[in-house]
Amino acid sequence: MAALLNVPKTAGRGEIIEIKTLIAHPMVTGYVRDDQGQVVQRDIIKEFICRYDGEEIFRMELMPAIASNPFIVFHTRATHTGTLSFEWRDEKGGIWRESAAITVI
Amino acid sequence: MRAFAAALMLLIAQAGDIAAQEIPLHERRSGYDQMQPDTQAMQREDSSNPAMLSVKTGNLLWEQKPGAAGKSCADCHGQADVSMRGTSARHPAFDAGKSRPVDLTGRVNQCRVERQGAPALAHESADMLALTAYIGLQSRGMPIAPPDDAQLKPFLAQGEALFSARLGQLGFSCQQCHDQNWGRRLGGALIPQGHPNGYPLYRLEWQGIGSLTRRLRNCMTGMRAEPFAAGSEDAVNLELFLAWRARGMRVETPAVRP
Repeated sequence: MAALLNVPKTAGRGEIIEIKTLIAHPMVTGYVRDDQGQVVQRDIIKEFICRYDGEEIFRMELMPAIASNPFIVFHTRATHTGTLSFEWRDEKGGIWRESAAITVI
Repeated sequence: MRAFAAALMLLIAQAGDIAAQEIPLHERRSGYDQMQPDTQAMQREDSSNPAMLSVKTGNLLWEQKPGAAGKSCADCHGQADVSMRGTSARHPAFDAGKSRPVDLTGRVNQCRVERQGAPALAHESADMLALTAYIGLQSRGMPIAPPDDAQLKPFLAQGEALFSARLGQLGFSCQQCHDQNWGRRLGGALIPQGHPNGYPLYRLEWQGIGSLTRRLRNCMTGMRAEPFAAGSEDAVNLELFLAWRARGMRVETPAVRP
């Protein structure tokens, strides 16, 4: 599944940066029926984690009310040059990972 | 008395003409202009536009070899940002083989079947939407330029007739909402002018990307009319007329709409 990241490539030391992530996922609530009248089984991303050089800086628990293709925006402080890694886990055991490098000047 | 009746008829005919008037070119608005600022921002920035997920898939498909011929789109067309620039802006276009216009979806399938030796993709399959979104993106910002092709004229006229024809149990025509009452409300929803300048687009209501055909089907079921089948002659003729009606407007593919 595709994911899009928007992380600044460079930032000043101590600067607060905005990170935007978007991932393709149907986020089926489990409350909807298909055209045969059968309940469509719930299928949602349950957890999103962002790590800055391995250190966890952001974690979010997602709920069925969140629309498909979750768009998550958060802030962090750019402390050092390194890699931001992102991880999405869904309830069916699917895991998607992406990463972005940031240079602190 | 006869003269009076004739004058009355003329008056009615004129009133009909006024009602049938199309939107003056300078008053045309993209659906974008009628959206909430939040939704506009979502479209403006590629990393927040969920339709770009489909574009990303389309980029991968561009390089893949799906059929017996062992050829990818890129093998013939090279870099999409060069070869596909403006392509979606001039579709639907006349196809000599079929002797009728084809839309971009039809064109992609033609390539797949005839040149790639691959099965046609379903009209609204994820892969087709991804490919057309990727190809459409290459025309972003360009004016919609329906080809000035004499062979298209009869089909354009048919499309125009469909646009103004009253259809379905409610007896509405496209024109009544989108030419005559745009900007007003139908229930809670704002009526747009109905320009095809952003397809395939991500619709928040769908929570997914969809084609112009899907949008037309949406409208037609709302009118309680039988929707045109995807890729059918009626559907493509109507798309052709819509493109002509939106000539010169900027392509926004892949757009976001509420």
